[in-house]
Amino acid sequence: MNEVPRFRRGFRFQWEPAQESYVLLYPEGMVKLNGSAGAILNQVDGQRTVADIVASLEQQFPDAGPLGKDVSEFLQDARHQHWIELS
Amino acid sequence: MSTTNPHNAGPPLWLLAELTYRCPLQCPYCSNPLDFAQTQQELTTEEWVSVLRQGRTMGAAQLGFSGGEPLVRQDLAELIAEARHLGYYTNLITSGLGLTEAKVDAFAEAGLDHIQVSFQASDPELNNAVAGSRKAFDQKLAMARAVKEAGYPMVLNFVIHRHNIHQMNDIMDLCERLGADYVELATCQYYGWAFENREGLMPSKAQLVKAEQEVNRYRERLQQSGSAMNLIFVTPDYYEERPKACMNGWGNLFLTVAPDGTALPCHSARLLPIDFPNVRDMDLQNIWYDSPGFNHYRGDTWMPEPCRSCDEKEKDFGGCRCQAYLLTGKADNADPVCSKSSYHDRILAARKAADHATAGLTELVYRNADNSRLFFRG
Repeated sequence: MNEVPRFRRGFRFQWEPAQESYVLLYPEGMVKLNGSAGAILNQVDGQRTVADIVASLEQQFPDAGPLGKDVSEFLQDARHQHWIELS
Repeated sequence: MSTTNPHNAGPPLWLLAELTYRCPLQCPYCSNPLDFAQTQQELTTEEWVSVLRQGRTMGAAQLGFSGGEPLVRQDLAELIAEARHLGYYTNLITSGLGLTEAKVDAFAEAGLDHIQVSFQASDPELNNAVAGSRKAFDQKLAMARAVKEAGYPMVLNFVIHRHNIHQMNDIMDLCERLGADYVELATCQYYGWAFENREGLMPSKAQLVKAEQEVNRYRERLQQSGSAMNLIFVTPDYYEERPKACMNGWGNLFLTVAPDGTALPCHSARLLPIDFPNVRDMDLQNIWYDSPGFNHYRGDTWMPEPCRSCDEKEKDFGGCRCQAYLLTGKADNADPVCSKSSYHDRILAARKAADHATAGLTELVYRNADNSRLFFRG
């Protein structure tokens, strides 16, 4: 929870109006992100810890209940995909 | 600006800007048209900027600067800066020739996201023989290191064929030493110059199986060591039984603009007997959604048998139109890669020929302006 996620070199996260979604861009590739993936990665700024991100999302989506497990699992998965680094 | 979009086509998310056909190398598998030397009047900087703006408005997010050798264009840094400003993820696809450390840094400052450097082999002798350039390999090595040094993600591309397929392990070792993030091991596909040279390039089935095993073993080793180097092995269509969903469907995702402004649904489509529009005459929105060229193979009403009644037609769209045209003389036909095609025997014959091929590198037709002129001198 104290780890700080940051995008791996060459990965860019941005909103695409034409696709009405957040996407992750990388060398010759693009992943269209669903709503929750977009909301989580939108918090990744290389400064905030996983705990900070969970707190921020819980505030943003008060009806969603505790989000710690889901967010951690997603970020682990994103690391496994080599989208982000956690340190 | 109104468009009809009769086939409900998706936006062109991927824009490939072929800035020029000029290139210092002569690779005999080049995907540029055989008659490239006939092309004159490259788009100006202003015209390219307009194409980039229109494409971005339509939803294009990935942008490739390619060629020929895009570094030949003196306005490259300006185009990169404009592309980055518009919000593109910009990829420079280069041979590395003409690149300098100063340019690598200047492009980074302009906002370039990624540089892909191509190699022809893992050693200087073979590399330079394939590229038709004596100094290519050393320059490529130096530029790969400079790209890494400047903090770009490093993508190295090797086109694999019968003359370098024995080097797979050496190639992957070289990539690991250079610290590549992605390695494209793209077995040659047979369009453009590669189709002309097919017999001299196509590996045998045995060579291909061995290469694939080597890549898989290497991949396992990388995974065990926790390396993030990603190996992408592209197998040639000629050894498949099912055709590929070429370009994810005709005019459905991918838009190429050739050096003279001709807009194409893929970088090979210029060889087809179809009139394609030019960005000098029409805006990109109309080109993509309304032009006859881009609507030619959308939907499935154009399909003859066996595609028409095939339950896989929505999965593979009948394969590749260029391959159908090159191998059967008619672009509507099923891609002969498909085992249901009545021309599939031509693929089988090419495989058989590959088992017995003996041609050396020197017997290939190299891609250069002199050889190109032979293809349009009547």
